[in-house]
Amino acid sequence: MSLWLVILLAGLLTFGTRLSFILLLDRLKIPAWFRRGLRFVPVAVLSAIILPELASRNTVLDLSLRNPQLYAGALAVLVAWRTRNVLLTIIVGMVALLIFQAVLGIV
Amino acid sequence: MNEPTLPTTPGREFWLGVRDEAPILLGVAPFGLIFGALAIDAHIAVPLAQAMSSIIFAGASQFIAAQMIGAGTSGVVILLVVFVVNLRHALYSASVAPHVRHLAPGWKFLLAYLLTDEAYAVTITHYNQEGDLAHKHWYFLGAGLTLWTTWQVSTAIGIFIGAQLPQAWPLGFVLPLTFIALVVPAIRDKAGVVAALTAALVSLLTFSFSFKTGLLVAAFLGILAGLLVEGRPK
Repeated sequence: MSLWLVILLAGLLTFGTRLSFILLLDRLKIPAWFRRGLRFVPVAVLSAIILPELASRNTVLDLSLRNPQLYAGALAVLVAWRTRNVLLTIIVGMVALLIFQAVLGIV
Repeated sequence: MNEPTLPTTPGREFWLGVRDEAPILLGVAPFGLIFGALAIDAHIAVPLAQAMSSIIFAGASQFIAAQMIGAGTSGVVILLVVFVVNLRHALYSASVAPHVRHLAPGWKFLLAYLLTDEAYAVTITHYNQEGDLAHKHWYFLGAGLTLWTTWQVSTAIGIFIGAQLPQAWPLGFVLPLTFIALVVPAIRDKAGVVAALTAALVSLLTFSFSFKTGLLVAAFLGILAGLLVEGRPK
């Protein structure tokens, strides 16, 4: 299979996944619990993306106290909670990571 | 985040979407840079590397696909992995579906193409706020196109500066930070807290699962936990 074909098909698969329920929901009668469950989609999916990113370094899980990403992440959660400011959360998180890396002597 | 007292127009909604997506770009642009550099590093031709960002348009799966192409993995395996990694978008699709139900098919196709993690997170927050649904798809379009443009441009820059990107810069960390900034304000009650904590905990337990399937398990259990805590509606 040529790489161009692979990329094209990969794009179609991704697009199809994104389109799936947008089209299906027109045709299906959706149960009430399903509709209520949708409210938790952003919170659940994004949380499941975030924590492994914070807790791993070089694709290895590192839950030790020497992982600077855990401190920076915790601080970012605090800033996001108190300020609801996206830009501030990112900046504080990045600065905190650089500081914690320096303190812990990690490059 | 917006001004609900003002009457909405398509133009106003569009620019609100652009404005609300703007801070997210700080997290997305470095990610695009890294992708461009990584694709060139994996000896992927320049037009193909750029096409991955415009045709697949899904960051995490592009990273994995680029690595697999570099390693000479077969096309069928690459397709399967991209499909599984991007399955979470089916959840996003279900989540926005009730809000875009009234739109013409052309709109549905366009918005589905733009349904990335970052555009979804911003748009669903807007949909969940009070206000007239009539023009909210313009907000979706504004947020989606802003992210799309940033992703294409940052990929192109990454392709050109390639290996000159300093390895020591922890640029990849901006992405989880961006998601933190989006998810924390979206947690509004006990059920939301439980959903988030359950998903986060399970995502660690399933860390060793291949191709982000752990993410799907964690998300489903998080949603389930949220539903259980919320209980039956009165």
